[in-house]
Amino acid sequence: MAVITHDSTASGSRAIGVFKDLVSRPSGAIGLFLVIFHIVLALVSPFIAPFDYKLQNSALMLSQPDAVHWLGADHLGRDVFSRTLMGGREALLVTGVATPLAVIWGGFVGILFGLVGGRLDEVLMRVVDAFLSLPWILKMLVLIVTFGTGVEVLIPTLAFFYGIPVIRIARAATHDVIARDFVWAAKARGHGRISIIWRELLPNVLDTLMVEGAMRWSWMLLAFSSLSFLGFGVSPPTPDWGLMISDARGFMSFAPWGVIGPVIALSSLIIGINLTADALAKALGIDRAQKAPM
Amino acid sequence: MSKHPFISVKSLSVGYDSRSGKTIQVLRNVSLEISRGESIGLVGESGSGKSTLALAAMGYFKRGLRVLQGSAHFDGIDMLALERDELQKIRGGRLALIPQNSGQSLTPTMRIGQQLTEALRLHSDMASAQFSDRVVELLTQVRLPDPAALVSRYPHELSGGQQQRVAIAMALAGEPDALLLDEPTTGLDVTTQAHILELLRDLARERNMAMLYVSHDLGAISRVCDRVAVMYAGEIVLTGSARQVLLTPCHPYAHGLLTSIPRLNQTSLPVALDGRPPMPGEAISGCAFAERCPLADDKCRSKSPDLLPVTTGETVRCFKRDMIAEMPVSSRKPSRKDDLDNRTSDSALGLEHLAISYTKKDWLASLLFPGTPVPPATVDGISITIEKGETLGLVGESGSGKSTILKAIAGLISPKEGQIKLHDDKVLKPRVEDRTAVSLRQIQMIFQNPDDSLNPRHTVAQILAQPLRLYFGLHGEILREASVSLLESVRLGAHYLDRLPSQLSGGEKQRVAIARAFAAEPEIVLCDEVTSALDVSVQAAVLDLLDELKTRQGTTYIFVSHDLAVVKAISDRVAVLYQGRLCEIGPADAVYKAPFHPYTEVLLGAVLQPDPDVAPTLSADDVVEFFPPACGCPFQRRCPRKLGRICDSETPPSREIAPGHYINCHIPARDL
Repeated sequence: MAVITHDSTASGSRAIGVFKDLVSRPSGAIGLFLVIFHIVLALVSPFIAPFDYKLQNSALMLSQPDAVHWLGADHLGRDVFSRTLMGGREALLVTGVATPLAVIWGGFVGILFGLVGGRLDEVLMRVVDAFLSLPWILKMLVLIVTFGTGVEVLIPTLAFFYGIPVIRIARAATHDVIARDFVWAAKARGHGRISIIWRELLPNVLDTLMVEGAMRWSWMLLAFSSLSFLGFGVSPPTPDWGLMISDARGFMSFAPWGVIGPVIALSSLIIGINLTADALAKALGIDRAQKAPM
Repeated sequence: MSKHPFISVKSLSVGYDSRSGKTIQVLRNVSLEISRGESIGLVGESGSGKSTLALAAMGYFKRGLRVLQGSAHFDGIDMLALERDELQKIRGGRLALIPQNSGQSLTPTMRIGQQLTEALRLHSDMASAQFSDRVVELLTQVRLPDPAALVSRYPHELSGGQQQRVAIAMALAGEPDALLLDEPTTGLDVTTQAHILELLRDLARERNMAMLYVSHDLGAISRVCDRVAVMYAGEIVLTGSARQVLLTPCHPYAHGLLTSIPRLNQTSLPVALDGRPPMPGEAISGCAFAERCPLADDKCRSKSPDLLPVTTGETVRCFKRDMIAEMPVSSRKPSRKDDLDNRTSDSALGLEHLAISYTKKDWLASLLFPGTPVPPATVDGISITIEKGETLGLVGESGSGKSTILKAIAGLISPKEGQIKLHDDKVLKPRVEDRTAVSLRQIQMIFQNPDDSLNPRHTVAQILAQPLRLYFGLHGEILREASVSLLESVRLGAHYLDRLPSQLSGGEKQRVAIARAFAAEPEIVLCDEVTSALDVSVQAAVLDLLDELKTRQGTTYIFVSHDLAVVKAISDRVAVLYQGRLCEIGPADAVYKAPFHPYTEVLLGAVLQPDPDVAPTLSADDVVEFFPPACGCPFQRRCPRKLGRICDSETPPSREIAPGHYINCHIPARDL
């Protein structure tokens, strides 16, 4: 038999290949840069912020940007630049923990529904649909008003509600895999359900879940900021973009600098995540239209 | 008429740029000429560039491909220089393509008439008032029964063969001068395939069309083509008349390809063509085939041969063309099934009155409409005892229930009635979840398509570890050793352990799938069309491997295939199924010889042999398969020898016409 000599890449290096592909795409490179930039900033901002975020100075109230206060001051005379630098810390912490939780629980339940199938799956999916049909903000407000606004409430609340759409995605991805012969082969060998989920289904659904997770993350950031904007997220004086926008919006007509900083920060992070998710999908080969020839 | 050839491709090279920036050639300096009214067959293994060449002839390239050099002309028009809309005018009009599975590419929500009208609007100058007449005319031309009624049908109401005919009718709508056919009958049943090929052959003659017929099936090529071009690794290595190429091939690759095809008149396994073709972009020094060629010497490995004429109309790319005659024609090993008899009279598996139904009992409907008759089962009344160490072949067209029976044995579908017995005494639980670990281990299954049966995210090591861990609790170093020895038993090296399925060729994937099944040390292996997704040369090697494993381990096989020649090569006994009912069962040699069940006769008649002198006999029509299956004799609706009322009403008796040879038919044994 002829020995095959063409280069073989081991399975471990698929991740490296995907990463290389990801950063070779402009959207991936820009997106990943933005995301990493924000994470680094969140980590180091307490040490590099030029002013104390709590420090109020009535003399500076709503003052224009200048050489000392780059983005001016807010209605309490606090330095907007320092607050903007630190305004993503809470949001990144909460969503950074809640997103993986949402993907894990939603993914597991979705795969299980997909595997079990039949009538039970039908009934449960209608429950999921019913949940999805309610505006998310209402559902979350109910929980937050009942249990309070701390991080310990926000994380499970966001994780719970954002896991529900993941169920749909994971179930659909499982349906694509479940009819394939390798799943039949595993069943015929007599593997149990857990083993089939873990060994056969999960590795094939993982790509979809990763992209879905990235998308959920950006949605969740938006949701978190909206909650803060409404006054249910971060409590003052902790700086947060949503809260800052909410505070400054009354003075927007004559002191727009209070809004511009947090808006640019929040949108650049969300755009960064979206771009990364997009490039990740293409790098993983989920986006069929963009697949390489042959 | 002008002097230039009708379709001409001249020194065409086509390639794509790989990620690493290399230009990878898919076609290398290919030239091909087709004159008016001539049909040329293009053969080769998958990846040889035959489809790329056919599409290039109509100026079409898959995404990413570009022309590196050369030209393609159609009736004097430079197809590579044309603008997009000019090209579109020619394609589908004067030059029509019939792709693989084109029957399935009909729009499911459009009536047949509408689809054809659309084709006419795009590709003919006809006034729209004449469309409906022309539609009926086209449907008549492709020999569809009752064309006037067919116009208002939807594609799903037609059988696969009829859909394919409609697709051909659409291609004919623009009154083409040339047809490009890319595997037009792959995936169709043998009988349907034979009918479609006869149709194409007649059409080409009637309308004096040029045809370029791309196929891996030399049997199909021999039916429709005047000339044949054999491709290997992006090059044409042999051209000649169909007769020359198929009967006295003068290139070692073509020779190997022909000997690797199982044939009906042989009882043993075909000879495998070793090795694999080079990947596109792989460095080739000298002749591309040298690696696999038994005649190759140093010259072949260092210098690339030119395509040179040998006799009239025949050109070949080989230094050793004079030695082909000395190539071993039958290095055929004698069939192992004759000289080594594993069989004992012990039963390995018994199917008793097995009936399987896909329609579930609907308690609501039966409550509301108590009188509704239960639809007949998909598979019914199957009683077969499989002896230890034998290979039972199951043949039949699609829908004959072959795979369904295998799934029931594997416990993936629960039978409605009947039972499955292991070793004469142990009744197997219908559901795989309820079976004991031992009985699970004893029955293993190999699937049709290894792309689908191997988890794309698992390495070969992980794939093989699954049964080894599950059944024997192996781990660590012992597990690895066991995996390596399994790979060796399917003739793969230990370095394959870390590969992913996507890094293996089709044949290698199927070997891994076989190794996985044999990891369980099974008694019974269920083979579901295990070679039909593979190239012929690879198929022969896989059949040989299966046979060897069986000899070594005394395994019992149930071998399902639609390919009668393959089944004959590997089976001891053969069962012929029609719509889930048994027609005939007996020793392989007896089933393939008269007396026949009428259905077996129809099937055998339709088999295409890669021999221009053997024409298929077409007896039964390729009509829509009716569901539910017929009462009485299941085959009565298509039977060319139907007796009359008795066939409608009474299930034919199973008569033993020779020891172990049973035929279920009303026709008296002496007339069969």
